[in-house]
Amino acid sequence: MCVFAAGRNVSVDGKSEQEDQSTRSLMADISKLTELCAQVRRDIVRMVFNVQSGHPGGSLGCTEFFVALYGNVLKHSAKPFRMEGRNQDLFFLSNGHISPVWYSVLARSGYFPVSELNTFRKINSRLQGHPATHEGLPGVRVASGSLGQGMSVAIGAALSKRLNDDRRWVFCLTGDGELEEGQCWEAIMFAAHHKVDNLIVTVDWNGQQIDGPTDQVMSLGNLPAKWKAFGWDVLILEKGNDLEAVIAMLRRAKRRCGKGKPVVILMKTEMGYGVDFMQGTHKWHGKAPNQEQFDSAMKQLPETALGDF
Amino acid sequence: MLKDIVSTGTRATREGFGAGLLELGRQNPKVVGLTADLMESLQMQHFQKEFPERFFQCGIAEANMMGIAAGLATAGMIPYTGTFANFSTGRVYDQIRQSIAYSHKNVKICASHAGLTLGEDGATHQILEDLGLMRMLPGMVVINPCDFNQTKAATIAIAEHDGPVYLRFGRPSWPIFTPENQKFRIGKALQLASGKDVSIFATGHLVWTSIEAAKELAAQGVSCEVINIHTIKPLDEEAILDSVSKTRAVVVAEEHQRNGGLGDAIANLLVHRLPVPMEYVGVKDSFGESGKPVELLDKYGLSKKDVLWAVKDVLDRK
Repeated sequence: MCVFAAGRNVSVDGKSEQEDQSTRSLMADISKLTELCAQVRRDIVRMVFNVQSGHPGGSLGCTEFFVALYGNVLKHSAKPFRMEGRNQDLFFLSNGHISPVWYSVLARSGYFPVSELNTFRKINSRLQGHPATHEGLPGVRVASGSLGQGMSVAIGAALSKRLNDDRRWVFCLTGDGELEEGQCWEAIMFAAHHKVDNLIVTVDWNGQQIDGPTDQVMSLGNLPAKWKAFGWDVLILEKGNDLEAVIAMLRRAKRRCGKGKPVVILMKTEMGYGVDFMQGTHKWHGKAPNQEQFDSAMKQLPETALGDF
Repeated sequence: MLKDIVSTGTRATREGFGAGLLELGRQNPKVVGLTADLMESLQMQHFQKEFPERFFQCGIAEANMMGIAAGLATAGMIPYTGTFANFSTGRVYDQIRQSIAYSHKNVKICASHAGLTLGEDGATHQILEDLGLMRMLPGMVVINPCDFNQTKAATIAIAEHDGPVYLRFGRPSWPIFTPENQKFRIGKALQLASGKDVSIFATGHLVWTSIEAAKELAAQGVSCEVINIHTIKPLDEEAILDSVSKTRAVVVAEEHQRNGGLGDAIANLLVHRLPVPMEYVGVKDSFGESGKPVELLDKYGLSKKDVLWAVKDVLDRK
């Protein structure tokens, strides 16, 4: 099993509290986390190729986000993993179809053996096609995949933290196409009304969905203005595939919390980032590469010192 | 004894929910309430007044309410959601399925105004499919108590169960005939009257209707065993089989479609274990309509005379 940055970011002893405010070790982290990004991308493509199914596009696009979150931003505990996560930061993935990137990062953060990535989408696996709690996979707190539900769940968890005087944050990632689900706007309205200001939602703003670009399928219009009009503190991240920029933005978002408004990061990413033929198109939303394409992808994503699963 | 079962007054089962939630709130600081703009209809204002910080108004947004409840449960609270049965089930089925049932969240889905006895609002609000929808979900506990006292007791008891529960109750004032401050046991059927000719299994409002029918039948020399199946899932199979092995004839009475409700749950058990003549008292594949509760129960085949007819029918086929 490979655990990156062990003992520093994965902490339950409260020492990481200081590090929240500190950028002291950030630069040392960056090279490790950059290597991790490379390995996670390789994991994603290998997992999807293995079973000839899954969602590589959004997974590749959100690699920096997951690595930044688990590797630098979250205060979390892989072992023991506790469902309630008292005095820890919680993360909810609403667009559950990008499970490959989450599974890879969870495994490489020590939540379960990296070798288990081999079981993705296979029978008797804990790594279901879409994330689930049913098989007891550590790190997952609610099933997701049927879109539009994760933000509501994250808000509930944030309310629970508030009731328990737990000062940690709740994070949620949602797709941009997912915002077409009405429940999202119910949640957005609720969070502003109830001043849920320990919540940081990130939108994977890649402009793509299964049937094509969001502008063609269902225009999202002026997304920043919509969130602002609903009463949120809106941050825009232009470089969602730049690891340092993602870390800086997540840290900034934490500082913006506690001021009576929920915080959203509209994070521009490129679907399929890192594999040239998958990049910037909706066509690799939920498709597995064939052997030739896989070989080409592997050439672009060489193995790292972290090693394959 | 059947003749000893008398009504001590009338109150709505939803009032029993409101009273139970308040009492539970005082006992258990983890209990939180949520509503989707129907606080007073669900009688949750008592809880809200005493525990404002533990009560969340969600507005007219039931899907979000179910997700928020799942999140509250994830982080250790025991959320009770309150809206009409229609909006507690069909409207939010996918949210319940994925975020609550499949994720095994400790959410109590509390549903009022179920069935025809919602009355004048009509079929848009009279859900008759909710028991079926909820009992099909793996791991979901489904409860339909019969009067004020039992609803209050059930509201308190379900907090002790770790997992999702669907608690169904209703709008109208209804006879109270079970004991005050009773202990409610999930999944434990209650025999109200012992008999030898026919087993009447009833749930919700139709328990009282069945008692009245059984009294009339007793005067005619028919001995009915009346059993209150307040928990539709998990079903008390032992109690049902014990009774049926004695009477060899079954009537099931519920304020629900014949499809998918308690009748089907019992038929499913008996067809495998003990097939006997059986009759349903339930709505025959139809939507309801506006009207007074009693008029509607009469028109849609859920009245005392329908229980009498069903008993005669199964006795003829015995």
